[in-house]
Amino acid sequence: MKKDLLGIADLSRDEIYLVLDTAEAMREIGQRPIKKVPTMRGKTVVNLFYEPSTRTRTSFEIAEKRLSADTLNIAVATSSVLKGETLVDTAMNIEAMAPDVIVLRHASSGAAHLLSRLCRSRVINAGDGMHEHPTQALLDAFTIREHKRRIEGLKVAIVGDLLHSRVLRSNVLLLTALGAEVWVCGPSTLVPVGVERLGVRATTSVDEAVKDADVIMMLRIQQERMQGAFFPSVREYFNTFGMTMARVARARPDVIIMHPGPMNRGVEIASDVADGPFSVILEQVANGVAVRMAVLYLLAGGAED
Amino acid sequence: MAKRLLKGGRVVDPANGRDGVFDVLVDGDRIARIGPDLRPGDAGGDVIVVEVPSGLVICPGLVDMHVHLREPGQEHKETVATGTAAAVAGGFTAVACMPNTSPVNDNAGVTEYILKKAAEAGLARVYPIGAVSRGQKGEQLAEIAELKQAGCVAITDDGHPVATALLMRRALEYAGMFGMPVIEHCEEQTLKGDGVAHEGFHASALGLRGIPGQAESIMALRDISLAELTGGVVHIAHMSARQTLDAVRWGKSRGARVTCEVTPHHFVLTDEMLRGPIAYDTNVKMNPPLRETADRDAMVAGLADGSVDVIATDHAPHHYDEKRVEFDHAPFGITGLETAVSLCFDRLVHPGIVSLSRLVELLSVNPAKILRVPGGSLAEGAPADISILAPDLQVTVSATAMRSKSKNTPFDGWTLRGGVAATIVGGRAVYVNDVTGLTLG
Repeated sequence: MKKDLLGIADLSRDEIYLVLDTAEAMREIGQRPIKKVPTMRGKTVVNLFYEPSTRTRTSFEIAEKRLSADTLNIAVATSSVLKGETLVDTAMNIEAMAPDVIVLRHASSGAAHLLSRLCRSRVINAGDGMHEHPTQALLDAFTIREHKRRIEGLKVAIVGDLLHSRVLRSNVLLLTALGAEVWVCGPSTLVPVGVERLGVRATTSVDEAVKDADVIMMLRIQQERMQGAFFPSVREYFNTFGMTMARVARARPDVIIMHPGPMNRGVEIASDVADGPFSVILEQVANGVAVRMAVLYLLAGGAED
Repeated sequence: MAKRLLKGGRVVDPANGRDGVFDVLVDGDRIARIGPDLRPGDAGGDVIVVEVPSGLVICPGLVDMHVHLREPGQEHKETVATGTAAAVAGGFTAVACMPNTSPVNDNAGVTEYILKKAAEAGLARVYPIGAVSRGQKGEQLAEIAELKQAGCVAITDDGHPVATALLMRRALEYAGMFGMPVIEHCEEQTLKGDGVAHEGFHASALGLRGIPGQAESIMALRDISLAELTGGVVHIAHMSARQTLDAVRWGKSRGARVTCEVTPHHFVLTDEMLRGPIAYDTNVKMNPPLRETADRDAMVAGLADGSVDVIATDHAPHHYDEKRVEFDHAPFGITGLETAVSLCFDRLVHPGIVSLSRLVELLSVNPAKILRVPGGSLAEGAPADISILAPDLQVTVSATAMRSKSKNTPFDGWTLRGGVAATIVGGRAVYVNDVTGLTLG
């Protein structure tokens, strides 16, 4: 693997499988009475989060602790960002204290690339703007593989705000690399220009997208998008694109329903779908820890190189 | 000042129908004579004879009609002195500078300050461009008669479009009284939104907010229609989108008084540069953004077929602190004065897209004509503003070696065929590139 994990775009097919296979072993650690191995003892990991995040930050922190890394969290509200320090200066100051890994979450696309060019520490992208969220796509793939035993040939429907979603971009790259048939669906105001060139089928019909799908992946709708005139109302959005049991019924009988969180119940997904028998949403969260352990281990767990 | 006889260069002077080997006699700040095989004795007095190495081209001084010199107010990016040093090193004998300084050049005081700094620097000629509106706020006209009297040659609210159709109409009508063009930064602001890159596949894949080409062309259509309504003169700055080129062609075909310029980066680069060699390089963030291949190719076609009037750089220096940030947060703009000539030779002249004579029209004749300033011609008696170009010089672009105070160029490290040998302003050699073998004595 490269020095950093900036996106799925950096990973070969073999590397993706390596992460998924390693995550299988890592998950077993989480099932032990003592959930800790010394793999990253003496290694320092800085979780540098410029955006609020509960799930991803917690997941990384648990993964780091299970690998015995020394971890610290820098969140935007408590850092010197408020004093006007640039991302580069903050990163260089952290870098001066010789961490092994910096996990970065940032609202601007490409922020992890900027750090990667300047830092000796390994950089893991925990979400950059509308660009990529590679560990989310890896944990999604892990979850799909666990249920379906394969990814190749599956029909995956991704539904929601495609334009602003980093989860979409990482998942499309990963799933197409592994041979899935990916359909994306959302209101035409929220579809990125040229999305088909990423190797997906695009439709504005949810029914078409979910028909015979093996996997339905919902994306979060941010309600403030109404101000940008992307859609008229939550009510109309839910009626047109919201995932209901009636729509789920068009998919394969063993379909799984996924959501990266945080969910807007009654906006992009009905509660009976989110809490129902097809939902694997909490499994995704559980698998997130194992996948992040695998990434940390593969990047920084070995002997010094 | 001594007389200088330039012997043996290829003179390309389309304004006077010359393209061939001629000798040029410069007397003081003027061109005294041009002719085949002039003798030192013809000069009547002491004369320095300059043997121009073969292959070099003598042309009327290049005029860059779209430059940000940043002074007053943003001297950490550029000053009139460093900006004009960059200009002459890039072969330009004159630059027109944009009014979005701090304070804005919307009054005679700022115009005079810029001209004083230019005189102190003593390098390129500087033609200030005044603001259309006070403070470039888009509300009330600036005092345009006063700006004209102080030395402004055009007006613009560059950085932004003129805010409303009504204000643009008035600006065209009012500036028309003084024979000044209105230079327009075409951008429909709501369509641009918070976009940072061309709206296309690459921005989509990288998760960058897009700016469609139509944000530019819609505003160009408004302004061309208003030029038609008022009889005023509009010049479309830094055109980037193929739809805008269509709009300009439409306007010209109807007889509207519209001209346009294209920057070297818009006829050389595309939005694919967003992905690399350096992903999210803030030195490929400019406004208008690098567009897709069809747009880039349209700009090249427009340069070749005469639809495009001018090549201008939109030289936009920024301090490296300002560019070494997240792509979203970086300011728009790149430097251009010291790379333009090399890019023009390498990408337009050597591939046979435009002739040398057409290049001189784009870089000298037409900008001088649009701004109604002296230049664009090597006529006897004209000011001795002369660029000597080296079409076959191998140039490796080096940002750190540039005269500009800022180094924000995406062309660092590029090797290009074509460069500048010397720049003469008012008879004074203000720049000589030793490696061309030229010595001006």
